[in-house]
Amino acid sequence: MSADTSNFLKTGDLLKTPLFALHEELGGKMVPFAGYALPVQYPLGVMAEHNHTRHAAGLFDVSHMGQVIITGPGVDGWIESLVPGNIKDLAVNHIRYSMFTNDRGGIMDDLMITKRKDDLFLVVNAACKEQDIAHMKAHLPEGFTLTEITDRALIALQGPKAAEVLSRFAAGANQMDFMSYAEVMICGAECYISRSGYTGEDGHEISIPAHKAEDICRALLAESEVEAIGLGARDSLRLEAGLCLYGHDLTTETTPVEASLLWAIGKRRREEGGFPGDHIILPQIKNKDHVKKRVGILPTGRAPAREATVIVDAEGQGIGTITSGGYGPTFGGPVAMGYIKPEFAAVGTEVFLIVRGKTRAAHVAKMPFVQQRYYRKT
Amino acid sequence: MTTYYSEEHEWISTEGETGTIGITEYAQNALGDIVFVEVPEVGNNYDKGDEIAVVESVKAASEIYTPVGGEVVAINENLESDPALVNAHPETDGWFYKISLSDKDELDELMDAAAYKAYIDGLE
Repeated sequence: MSADTSNFLKTGDLLKTPLFALHEELGGKMVPFAGYALPVQYPLGVMAEHNHTRHAAGLFDVSHMGQVIITGPGVDGWIESLVPGNIKDLAVNHIRYSMFTNDRGGIMDDLMITKRKDDLFLVVNAACKEQDIAHMKAHLPEGFTLTEITDRALIALQGPKAAEVLSRFAAGANQMDFMSYAEVMICGAECYISRSGYTGEDGHEISIPAHKAEDICRALLAESEVEAIGLGARDSLRLEAGLCLYGHDLTTETTPVEASLLWAIGKRRREEGGFPGDHIILPQIKNKDHVKKRVGILPTGRAPAREATVIVDAEGQGIGTITSGGYGPTFGGPVAMGYIKPEFAAVGTEVFLIVRGKTRAAHVAKMPFVQQRYYRKT
Repeated sequence: MTTYYSEEHEWISTEGETGTIGITEYAQNALGDIVFVEVPEVGNNYDKGDEIAVVESVKAASEIYTPVGGEVVAINENLESDPALVNAHPETDGWFYKISLSDKDELDELMDAAAYKAYIDGLE
């Protein structure tokens, strides 16, 4: 057996999050991820951690992600010069998913933008944070400030019981709208909480002063519904939810149109443009002349189709590539997403996957693979 | 019947000229929840060290290299519908394939149970 030996690399040269000691105490199997030592799983195991998050509440350390605050007059209008999202019309204390695009319309990173009373609060991917910050600084007008927050941990509490659990520590947290933001005291520390996440479940992300992160996580883990969850289950949860992983499903070689992220480009932005690569992206929206499209793929049978698996048509001609694939514990079988020629992108289209030299049947499928259960006020 | 172990955490149990091969308790524990096993086809021939099977956990695929060469004479068809057998009973019901040994001397390079136990104790 040659297990994925990256799981056993030494973690000595890696950055540690404020929760490193807690992960080790909980028996987390630490692996390198985006330069950080993070738990890929705990003794519970990936499958049970995944299922626990779908049924109760899972606690994730996402402190490796970049947290950035930007201030300046008209900062919401300014960030629109770098992202295709509608941020000007976003209400205060609300959050929008968006992406940095480059001059060729490619996606440099995807991110969450929170409009706060006096500034913007951004959460960006760990592997991209240095690049994102340099990119924003290069475009930052006189009189604006950009601050990377390095003294806060970031955790996610996700699952059908997550909001109820958090409301025991922050009254009213379970009444917040999906994609809204609040500043609350938890265990005596000022925390930024967002009703958001990346598992397809209800829940919150919580930004915590680093010195209080372990205390708060211990308090959350002491609640009967909560288990610590590693990167392995985080990946299978987001894949089942049809959510993209930057560097895999999104790269500088994919545009938001190709990535099926049109919903993240506001109507006004489609009319006005004014973001990097708009001269590529807007014609793609109008003419639908892009050459690939991100779709869900369901392999027939039980063999998972991993990243880089080639997708072919009935004649064996290459028509696309899997960008994320694995086993979906809640779905109960292999699930994948990838890029395919638009003429094959219709749901139900039969395609074939070349898995270790064998041709295996599959079909294009609607995503998410598991119903998203975000909180909606009734 | 004698059982041998490889440094790559396969076991092989021999009866006459035939060996039954699977992965060890240590291996299944390191891999985690197994969701798919790709076994070889009966009748195919392999040399010692050839990639012969693949085990997929939720997170990753791991190759299995055969600890002995020979012709595959049987596969465990139960793994197709129930790959978790490998987690539950790695060294009995979760066997992968049976092989007709091409060279019994290859067994001499493998470990016995006591040596394998000492080997994995040294890994921890």
